[in-house]
Amino acid sequence: MTDVAMPLALETRGLCKNFGALTVANSIDFRLAHGARHALIGPNGAGKTSFVNLVTGVLHPNDGVIMLDGADITALTQAQRVKRGIVRTFQITTLFRGLSVLENVTLAVSERLGSGGDIHRPAGSRRHIIDEAYALLERLRLHDEALRPVKELAYGRQRLVEIAVALGLAPKVLLLDEPAAGVPSSESGTIIETIERLPADIAVLIIEHDMDLVFRLARRITVLVAGQILVEGTPPEIAADARVRQVYLGERAHA
Amino acid sequence: MAIAERVVAGAAETFARRHRFRWYEALPWLIALAAYFAFPDYLALGSQILATVLFALSVDLVLGYAGIVTLGQAAFFGTGAYTAGLLAAHGMGAPVVGLFVAAAAAAVVGVISGAIVLRTTGLTQLMMTLMVAVMLYEAANKANSITGGADGLQGMEVSPVLGFFHFGLYGKTAYFYCLAALFVGWLVMRRIVHSPFGRSLTGIRENEARMHAIGSPVFKRRLVAYTISAAMAGVSGALVAQTTQFVATDSLGFERSGNVLIMLLLGGIGQLYGAFIGVPLYMIAQDRFAAIDPVYWYFWIGLLLVLMVMFARGGVLGIIDRIGALIRRQR
Repeated sequence: MTDVAMPLALETRGLCKNFGALTVANSIDFRLAHGARHALIGPNGAGKTSFVNLVTGVLHPNDGVIMLDGADITALTQAQRVKRGIVRTFQITTLFRGLSVLENVTLAVSERLGSGGDIHRPAGSRRHIIDEAYALLERLRLHDEALRPVKELAYGRQRLVEIAVALGLAPKVLLLDEPAAGVPSSESGTIIETIERLPADIAVLIIEHDMDLVFRLARRITVLVAGQILVEGTPPEIAADARVRQVYLGERAHA
Repeated sequence: MAIAERVVAGAAETFARRHRFRWYEALPWLIALAAYFAFPDYLALGSQILATVLFALSVDLVLGYAGIVTLGQAAFFGTGAYTAGLLAAHGMGAPVVGLFVAAAAAAVVGVISGAIVLRTTGLTQLMMTLMVAVMLYEAANKANSITGGADGLQGMEVSPVLGFFHFGLYGKTAYFYCLAALFVGWLVMRRIVHSPFGRSLTGIRENEARMHAIGSPVFKRRLVAYTISAAMAGVSGALVAQTTQFVATDSLGFERSGNVLIMLLLGGIGQLYGAFIGVPLYMIAQDRFAAIDPVYWYFWIGLLLVLMVMFARGGVLGIIDRIGALIRRQR
């Protein structure tokens, strides 16, 4: 459509990764538009989390190119990619469990602003960092628990802290790896609302199993099977696709 | 409602004030001064304790804050001790200058070994730290002509502190010299752990994967911490060398690395004050047990540690925390 001429927020070309005989990414050509609400779905072991790890620099591809805003970032380290605006959350909650909610977010904000390594001043003296982190908690309605250690929070609240930490990094591209994983359905509503309220200029890629969540949030869906893109389209197109149904009914198409 | 709002608005404020001094932080220094007057016959032991607290602080920075498990901290202690010793044995006995040179030498060993050791994790890392210390130990042992080998370094002549305070027979100067050095070391350490850098070390200890994911240069941070810690350990070694006027290979020995770890665990790790509790407790207990039972005193130390591990994980500070939590619940 019209955004073909514009540089994409994120693009991969021919992305390949294998561990010995196991192929987790097989020539993936993926495009994420600016401000996208895009979902990546697929059965267990399809390579969804590996894709996130490749894009964020945890894993290095055997072949292929990763572009952010038209610039090749394939050779950059994890930290350098974060500085450019690629930010992720984790499928399994990965937080500073012993530290307070506020500190979790403060660490992220402080790294983004380049103060993370300051040694010559007390951590509390940069009030604008703390205030920014606190404002973020207010936005996600986590501020009542600001001073509580993360490990004391209910799991659903911890999933929100995951998102808060990511937002503290002012992402351009946000990769949400199963944001509602392990959360009881009574609490997943809050997470969905939070994702719906994300600033429109952030390109969001949601990796998810929960189809309700995917069809509520995504405007485009990519289906990944065995490290390959099976099909991409709008939610109605995906819902109507026979191959996708086959995959999700458990009858793998052995092509 | 009004109260709730005040609590909420206060959260950021409370958080920003964490680095302010608390009354109990004056306790170690008041006790150290009181001990000087109360136990004038034990000043030599007192000096050793003060120097060892600094050594334990250096371990706390890497282990308690940066989450680097080390069995080789003696490498830096010994480097500092031999540096100060060799300076004093070759006519450069100004003690304060000796401390700075020792810190620099230990920092160099720290940054070089750290660049290798910190690329590994877990058990491998533990063995690497041990290996660095063992290699330096053997080097000191073999370099007979320089270090005196197994006989120890002879002929140290330490000048008066700042050209004025002589190291006398009764150890008064040594005590205050060590106390002053520890005080400076504590101020530096306190500054570090409360800085954004120190908080990021805690972040690395809590969850390394997340630190990478928020864009933190984890390896670099660890290397800086490791180097600072090495310098502190070096100063501690130099203090012991200068105040005892002797250096032997045991300053690089495994026992020193192991003992300091035990002392720190006894006090509590990652809380800045574990070293101030664990080291005196261990060293005084060792001194008393050895006086009461010269043959089996190590048994009593062992028993103390077994009890500690069984009933008091988190050390003395852990016990204090739990009592504090109990009292708060009672209210």
